[in-house]
Amino acid sequence: MTGKSTLAALCLLAGTTHATDPAALQARNLAANCTPCHSADAPEPNAIPRIAGLPADRILQRLRAFRSGEAPATVMHQIVRGYGDEQLALIATLLASSP
Amino acid sequence: MNRRRFLRSLGLAATAAPFLAACSSAPRRGAPRVVVVGGGYGGATTAKYLRMWSAGRIDVTLVERDARFVSCPMSNLVLAGLRNLDDLTASYDRLRSRWGVRVVSDEVVRIDVARRELRLARDGEIGFDRVVLAPGVDFLTEQITGLAGNFECIPHAWKAGPQTELLRRRIDAMPEGGVFALHVPKSPYRCPPGPYERACLVAHYLRTRKPRAKLLLLDANSEIQSKKTLFAAAFAGPYKDIIEYRPDSTLLSVDAQTLSAELEFDRVRADVLNVIPPMRAGRLVDGLGIPLTNGRWVDVDWRTMEARDLPGIHVIGDAVLAAPGMPKSGHIANQQAKLAAAAIVELLEGRSPDPVPTLLNTCYSFVDDRNAIHVATVHRYDAAQGTVLPVAGAGGLSSAASEEEGRYATAWAQNIRADMLA
Ligand code: HEC
Repeated sequence: MTGKSTLAALCLLAGTTHATDPAALQARNLAANCTPCHSADAPEPNAIPRIAGLPADRILQRLRAFRSGEAPATVMHQIVRGYGDEQLALIATLLASSP
Repeated sequence: MNRRRFLRSLGLAATAAPFLAACSSAPRRGAPRVVVVGGGYGGATTAKYLRMWSAGRIDVTLVERDARFVSCPMSNLVLAGLRNLDDLTASYDRLRSRWGVRVVSDEVVRIDVARRELRLARDGEIGFDRVVLAPGVDFLTEQITGLAGNFECIPHAWKAGPQTELLRRRIDAMPEGGVFALHVPKSPYRCPPGPYERACLVAHYLRTRKPRAKLLLLDANSEIQSKKTLFAAAFAGPYKDIIEYRPDSTLLSVDAQTLSAELEFDRVRADVLNVIPPMRAGRLVDGLGIPLTNGRWVDVDWRTMEARDLPGIHVIGDAVLAAPGMPKSGHIANQQAKLAAAAIVELLEGRSPDPVPTLLNTCYSFVDDRNAIHVATVHRYDAAQGTVLPVAGAGGLSSAASEEEGRYATAWAQNIRADMLA
């Protein structure tokens, strides 16, 4: 499933009950895996790149590049391999919406 | 619903900040009450995320003995004179003012599981619908003859605070050509890479400040317990004339007067003796009246972090019987905290908790004043096995120590603190 179609599916679900929707809750819980390093409250300037608020497509594209080894990384290439495509799309959508 | 509104609604679930500003004062009547005991990496994160994810609908009290948070991660840098304890200290004020957590400086003296009540040392009784215990570790001092009552002469410095400063002064006062002996207990213990990071950082200090001094690393385990190849490279490389690593060195007794240590097969004398004692779940959990695994750790249901067979009583952090391949780290405590907070919010709102919770761990260690290394793992609930297992193919070690990771390690410490306390 692509990022866009996941988002569309999420939006459909969200149309009924966003706050209690299972996909939204899943996204919330998964993104909480990332916030120890990528907290929206992290001080600036920061050695670890800020991702909260970046466009979801951009986040997803970076994550895929880490997975393929295309983007150089110290740790992200090891982290992304713990998640499937749909999970990464959920995470990207949620992090994009953080302030 | 359009894309922007949807994103915002999700975002609200993640931050809830604007809403909370309005409800951070008095908790609402009839709101479910959750009490979190212990304000370390696990407890403080649970308190914040319970308020955030319930959008203020849960009344949260955090009971913590100390007035301020002090981080164990990064405290080895204090020993090497590279940080002050102040850098590792933070206040709980934002949990109060931004998130509406009631932070109580007190100590729990009794847990009444049946009546859902805690007794505090100073402030009487408090009731709860659910409780989260994050008591960290306590030491099994009695397992080493001569250690009890002697932490002034033989510091552990395995809980950050006065002990860290005490050990730092001892290292400062070491004679040139002196011996620093460091004992590592049998696993499991808090922070698997911590003793080896400490050996590197103290050795770094010694090579710059105490010519000809030696560091004896006496390990009760038969090999390095974390980031083995990377620490072995540091011991054999930059520190080969300073660190002597001795595996299978079980400590039997110590003498606080002479600073000597009797091991199973050996006896050593040191100028500074630093014993990390064997440990167990914080004694607070003894009040639950449940058997501990190996007499030491609390077995939990990994979908909720509830103690096995004790619904409503959640236990997180170092006190928990770790799942396979899972370390006792501040980072994992942060992740268990969010797992528990999510499950509590779902359960209190009549939904079922996440059936496949995922946790991510990263531990950074410094090997000198600039260069750091990491180990990372991803862990996911496996319904068939009823536990959390490392995700195959994910995670790994640094390829080598680097200054780049030194900068990330410093940023990690700031950022995880913000995730917990800001
Ligand atoms: C241990 C800290 C840590 C954790 C946890 C972590 N990251 Fe990262 N992240 C980094 C670092 C460090 C980088 C820089 C690349 C590198 O060296 O790996 C980075 C880079 C990124 C980038 C690229 C940003 C840019 O603009 O170039 C994205 C996207 C990202 N992380 C997403 C995530 C997601 C999603 C998660 C959770 C699944 C996550 N990260 C968890 C440390 C972390």
